[in-house]
Amino acid sequence: MSGSTKDAVLSRIRRANGARPNDEERQRAVEARLQGRPLGVVPARGQLPSAERVALFVVMAEAANATVAQIGSMAELPGEVARYLRERNLPATLKMGADRRLSEADFSATAIEVTQGASEGDDLNSLSHAEAGIAETGTLVLTSGPDNPTSLNFLPENHIVVIQADTIEGAMEAVFERLRERHGGTLPRTVNTITGPSRSADIEQTLLLGAHGPKALHIVVLDRTAAPMQ
Amino acid sequence: MQITSQTFKANTVKALADIDLQRALGNVEKGFIGKRQKAVDKLPEFDALRDNAVAIKTHTLKHLDLYIEAYIAKVEASGGKVHFAEDADHARRIFLDIAKKRGAKTVTKGKTMISEEIGLNDFLEENGMVPVETDLGEYIIQLRGEHPSHIIAPAVHINRDQVEADFRRVHVDLDPERDLTAPETLLAEARGILRQRYGEADIGVTGANFLIAETGTSVIVTNEGNGDLTQLLGKCHVVLASIEKMVPTLNDASQILRVLARSATGQEASVYTTFSTGPKREADPDGPEEYHVILLDNGRSNMLGTEFEEMLRCIRCGACMNHCPVYHAVGGHSYGWVYPGPMGAVLTPSLIGVDKAGNLPNASTFCGRCESVCPMRIPLPKMMRHWREKEFESHLQPKAARTGLGLWAYFAKRPKLYRLAVSFAMPALKLIAGPKRRFRSLPLAGGWTKWRDLPAPEGRTFMQAYTQSKGVSR
Repeated sequence: MSGSTKDAVLSRIRRANGARPNDEERQRAVEARLQGRPLGVVPARGQLPSAERVALFVVMAEAANATVAQIGSMAELPGEVARYLRERNLPATLKMGADRRLSEADFSATAIEVTQGASEGDDLNSLSHAEAGIAETGTLVLTSGPDNPTSLNFLPENHIVVIQADTIEGAMEAVFERLRERHGGTLPRTVNTITGPSRSADIEQTLLLGAHGPKALHIVVLDRTAAPMQ
Repeated sequence: MQITSQTFKANTVKALADIDLQRALGNVEKGFIGKRQKAVDKLPEFDALRDNAVAIKTHTLKHLDLYIEAYIAKVEASGGKVHFAEDADHARRIFLDIAKKRGAKTVTKGKTMISEEIGLNDFLEENGMVPVETDLGEYIIQLRGEHPSHIIAPAVHINRDQVEADFRRVHVDLDPERDLTAPETLLAEARGILRQRYGEADIGVTGANFLIAETGTSVIVTNEGNGDLTQLLGKCHVVLASIEKMVPTLNDASQILRVLARSATGQEASVYTTFSTGPKREADPDGPEEYHVILLDNGRSNMLGTEFEEMLRCIRCGACMNHCPVYHAVGGHSYGWVYPGPMGAVLTPSLIGVDKAGNLPNASTFCGRCESVCPMRIPLPKMMRHWREKEFESHLQPKAARTGLGLWAYFAKRPKLYRLAVSFAMPALKLIAGPKRRFRSLPLAGGWTKWRDLPAPEGRTFMQAYTQSKGVSR
């Protein structure tokens, strides 16, 4: 339908840039950038060695109003979730996806009522597993799919996210490299990068937490190297 | 939307007398400038990132046709569709076509300036659909029948009390006795009401901060989460984006994101940066069934290769207006169309014509703050000057202004004559002013003397003083 418009727009762009159609030099420049994906300027803060990354991640996430806890094994997760809900006087319910990594955690020993699937909007608490993290900004990276439905990131009021310490990268660029390796040149339908709970300053530029997305974001860092010896 | 850029002067007179507006505008200076500076100070690489961001966009614009083609191939491979729109009318027709095929009734919307540019809301209503703005600021101004006055803080011209009054007027199903004193309660009320709307939507519309050629991805950068709910829960996701939103790779987007969040709101990173590629996949439990991108030109390709090309680097952070003394005084609505402040003063004449928007590039003191904070180093004052030249060339200014400028130019180009004239005029003015040494009124200077006295010239001319102090004669 808009094929002719496409041609018209593209030929105007070509003309403005003084380019002929099928100009090989220009094509090579574009191909080189798409294949080479130059990194540009990655801030020193985003290039820390892995030991310091987790510490920076925690500092930055807390600065963005998230709360952070650390566990040494997946077995500790149910206890940590129970503690979090109890301390905030939240009902003992939890919605989560089909992520196998989370099913290592046995919630049956707690009083938490766990349900699986996407959120319809009536869940108060949700649990997700992050794909990666970004130390530079204290950011979580989550990908869509049945393992971690995107609706769990936005509809419930309290979002709890597990992240494995060794998936915390220094900067966003390294996370993208991880995603490219995993998804072979394309991306999942949605990649969410999340830095703190939702907020708005639309009324008199006053910052309020909990706009349309979660009011609270709780990050559970799973650091197996910190686990007690078995 | 009705363009009122032609009556800029009258708009500003109204704005300056509007007490509510003046009170609200105080929040711009208070809310944005210090936060940006703090965030910039915390990142030593900020200026290096700016330089690289400029280089990325410059390279992209030089090869934009090829990146668009690469982008389209990737969108289609992921099951999405790209539609080219020549202008606003064309974009609206494409949208209607998509909407009709789906039998759409309700359209939820994240914040998108392209939607304002093509006047989508009015068009949807004319065609029997209900547009629902879901960004808090956009929701507030939709209730008021207004348009955004700022590109990232659309309701910055409104005070809390006005929001409360609007909510009480429109949300009549709620308890009239409810306490809405705290801003939190207003936010909670909007959240509750909009929660019901996302899922009803046949179409969820968002804008795009970036389009990524490498993966065929659109990116939105937000804080509230409404844009995500809009695109996730609507049955069909329509992205409205203009052609210059393109960047080559995910890495390139990461570079520009670092300067965007800091320049816009002073955040290290916005809460939600969301990368969307195509419709929902087979195994996905949630997500839209269809994914469309309406790619709007609307005059932009004609800016390439001209003195206004650099404007296409703009990433819509709003820093230029946040730092603009003119914007602080008159607010965004005075500019009379979608894009206010310095970036609007350059972009608006390009998109709607200098005949309609010639006033805007004149509304600048050329203090240069906009250029100094622009993350993309766009030479905004220089481009405003280009527009002033074009306006003069096209004989668009009033006759008195042209004659005055012509007269001044005649003398300015003849230094000897100029100095001679001044050497007569100065003592004459001094004489007329008398012992008070100032004028309460003076012909042709009413704009000045209406508000304050004009001091009479005293002593020597500048050139006389300069020559003597240097001990040279020329």
